[in-house]
Amino acid sequence: MVVAERKPIEEILAMVADFKKVLLVGCKGCVTVCCAGGTKEVGILASALRIARKKAGNPLEVVEHTLERQCDPEYVDQLAPMIKENGFDAVLSMACSVGPQFIAKKYPIQVFPMLNTTFIGGALEHGVWAEFCQSCGNCIIHNFGGLCPIARCSKSLMNGPCGGSANKQCEVSPEIDCIWHLIYDRMVELGKVEKLRTVFPIKDWSTSRDGGPRKIVREDLKL
Amino acid sequence: MRLDYPPNVRIVNVPCTGRVDMLHLLKAIENGADGVYVAGCHEGECHFQNGNLKAKRRVAAVKEILKEVGLEPERVEMFHVAASDGPGFAAAAREMTERIRRLGPSPVRGAAEEDPLWEGGGAEAMST
Repeated sequence: MVVAERKPIEEILAMVADFKKVLLVGCKGCVTVCCAGGTKEVGILASALRIARKKAGNPLEVVEHTLERQCDPEYVDQLAPMIKENGFDAVLSMACSVGPQFIAKKYPIQVFPMLNTTFIGGALEHGVWAEFCQSCGNCIIHNFGGLCPIARCSKSLMNGPCGGSANKQCEVSPEIDCIWHLIYDRMVELGKVEKLRTVFPIKDWSTSRDGGPRKIVREDLKL
Repeated sequence: MRLDYPPNVRIVNVPCTGRVDMLHLLKAIENGADGVYVAGCHEGECHFQNGNLKAKRRVAAVKEILKEVGLEPERVEMFHVAASDGPGFAAAAREMTERIRRLGPSPVRGAAEEDPLWEGGGAEAMST
């Protein structure tokens, strides 16, 4: 999933400093699963903003709403009557950064992102998420025991480990496992360690961001 | 035991403090409570294994939010009081009331909403 985290409330308060009434929109997709922008987080942020502004003697009306997803136009369309009738000064989106862009494209109103979209990852345990994919556009993890050296090696080395690997840790931080250590262990476990003797060729990055923003077109799915 | 505790404390019963949500605490503050505290079981003594520890972490998270919005984090607190410990419950109520009295009324209540009868320490307790 896309993993995100809420911006500091201080930064958000500065964004809405001039507003009296805002629409805070959550998303029931990835950011609900990573507890950053679902219905509950919308409630918590709305409450925090109201408390801060009541304290400042300049109340802010925050209307809460959560869409099924903000990355599909048909759900973003559902905001139309709310935005048309309620006289909001701005829309605050609690989705990954796709959401505020979809809302901005559709409605002539200022849109602010409430989250920092951080990475594509998964949950290691309750409350802990880690990066697992950098969406390079050409998955090669089967060559590395199913582990990704692009997203999970600090240098994205295709032929590791580097000299900074020590005691299973990356030199960047003791918090980071050396993925090349894990790849080696995994290949030993699979009985395929000899495969690591082959030098992996230079990766073709044309499927990554090198060609500018990417697009997928599926003619079979078009209406 | 007929123990006295400050009358300004309003009790909200929950089956276990693990039921207490960050929103419960925030909504109380948002609606003008001067303080909120959670009275849960002692650590390691939760009937549902770890509800009190979950509550403790949530109280800590709400304290962080209050800090971020410029409110005293001491306005929310977690107390550990055994279900049978009446004197401990009364002591927690007194401690929180005294603390709130020191901090003064919540600045979240606007001038218009100010209670002329405020004597210090309108607190909500969430207790098992």
